[in-house]
Amino acid sequence: MGWFRTVRDSRAGAEAAASARSRDPIHIRVRDLHKRYGPHHVLKGVSFDVHRGKTNLVIGPSGSGKTVLMRQLVRLERPDEGEVRVDGVDFAKLRGLELDEARRTFGMVFQMSALFDSMSVYDNVAFPLRERLGLPPKEVRERVMARLESLGIADAAGKLPSALSGGMQKRVAVARALVLESPVLVYDEPTTGLDPITTRTVDDLIVEMQERFGLTSIVISHDMASVFRIADYITFLYYGEVHASGTPRELLESLDAPTMEFVEASGVSAEILDARRYSRTSAQSAT
Amino acid sequence: MARRAAEVALAPFAEVGALARMLSEAVFWGARPRYRGRVIVESMEFVGVGSIFIITVTGLFVGAVLGLQLADGFREFGAENQTGAVVGLALAREIGPVFAALMVSSRAGSAITTELGSMRVTSQIDALVTMAVNPVQYLVVPRLIAGVVMVPVLTMLFNLVGMFGAWFVCVKLLAIDSGIFLERMRWLVDWADVRQGLIKAAVFGLAVCLIACRQGFFAGGGAAGVGRATNRSVVHSAIAILMLDYLITGLVLGQGLF
Repeated sequence: MGWFRTVRDSRAGAEAAASARSRDPIHIRVRDLHKRYGPHHVLKGVSFDVHRGKTNLVIGPSGSGKTVLMRQLVRLERPDEGEVRVDGVDFAKLRGLELDEARRTFGMVFQMSALFDSMSVYDNVAFPLRERLGLPPKEVRERVMARLESLGIADAAGKLPSALSGGMQKRVAVARALVLESPVLVYDEPTTGLDPITTRTVDDLIVEMQERFGLTSIVISHDMASVFRIADYITFLYYGEVHASGTPRELLESLDAPTMEFVEASGVSAEILDARRYSRTSAQSAT
Repeated sequence: MARRAAEVALAPFAEVGALARMLSEAVFWGARPRYRGRVIVESMEFVGVGSIFIITVTGLFVGAVLGLQLADGFREFGAENQTGAVVGLALAREIGPVFAALMVSSRAGSAITTELGSMRVTSQIDALVTMAVNPVQYLVVPRLIAGVVMVPVLTMLFNLVGMFGAWFVCVKLLAIDSGIFLERMRWLVDWADVRQGLIKAAVFGLAVCLIACRQGFFAGGGAAGVGRATNRSVVHSAIAILMLDYLITGLVLGQGLF
């Protein structure tokens, strides 16, 4: 009986710890992250927080290290120094099977969608379920079709990615990233190369995913037109260093010179920000 | 300047090191589950079945030219009856495996490099990693198995078609007696010769697919970079095939190496 009580207590303890973690408003803590490529010191002690269930944007000029930062976050590369704590677990230190298991935390939507071009939309979305979870075909079919229907692309299930528009490809990439039910979704430059209408569609999709599924979203972007429309929190990266971090309004009011210059160049003011946030809220209410 | 010269001089060694590293990773991941039978069969179909046409056509004409040249040369000293024997020996030991591997390199090897290179530059390989699917296990291991298994099979096909080409030219066009042609071939070519050729073919198949995978896997620089990687893949494969051919022949014959 004592053994059962110990197991029950330890389970209760683990559940309590998980519950406490899920109440922690900070989902990911990045601390003093460094990355060098030969003589190039790309990330120079980057620190910022990723807020749970919010849309967190990392912005900065080209060459500021945004994509390198993303690659460290999802452990496509190993940082030289620093921590990436996801609910208390340091991703930067994980290796082997532990790392493989932890990878389920992040769903990733790549800049060019990175869909497997030799596979149909259905097979692309089914791929992680077959390869990662080894689910039987019936269950794979149910999960894939449910995810495709929830994103309004069930009709495209049999098509190849090359037959889809840029916006549709992004939806498929999101479906593939969501199918493992990862709590964090990372978007790398999701609107690069898209026309304004498709850009707005992708922006809406990011907000929709965050709100419908309660996901924590991290968006790497330099598209200022959409940044202030969708961001709950913004981190401004400038040549490997974080120059500002906070809400969009806090960023607008920042007195840091590079941040001010970048924001001014984008043409966004407090009035425009208010108008955009209002239009976003109205659109969501209408939906 | 001196640094650049040293880099150029050491580049072949660095390349061999990178190939050895990829091979060891492939062995490590190939021995671990999951075992993807369907992906392996698809790779074997691509490397093997997809190369049947080019192997058949080149084998036929290589055999025909070989028969023509040897019969013409042997006729100088009245030994044209030996043509079948020498054609059989040359095909089984050298020409079959070398030509089959070169053809696989130019058709399947270049395609493998282009495919993996495109996957690399469009982040599809990164996507595999983020889904916790090891890209060496998923992309490289099946292609290496396909090379090791299918190039010997294609070599057998090349030998058969080549011998038929030589027989057709010698018997039907140059009026050498068919019975003598085949009998001399059976007399000189034995299982050890065929086995030597098949061992070479398996090694060449591994080398071709390894080089193709390595070049594609680490391609960079967009479409132009993939093009350069494909070019390197074909050139490196051709050099590797001929160098390995000399090395294996020297080992088998026990002479010529040192």
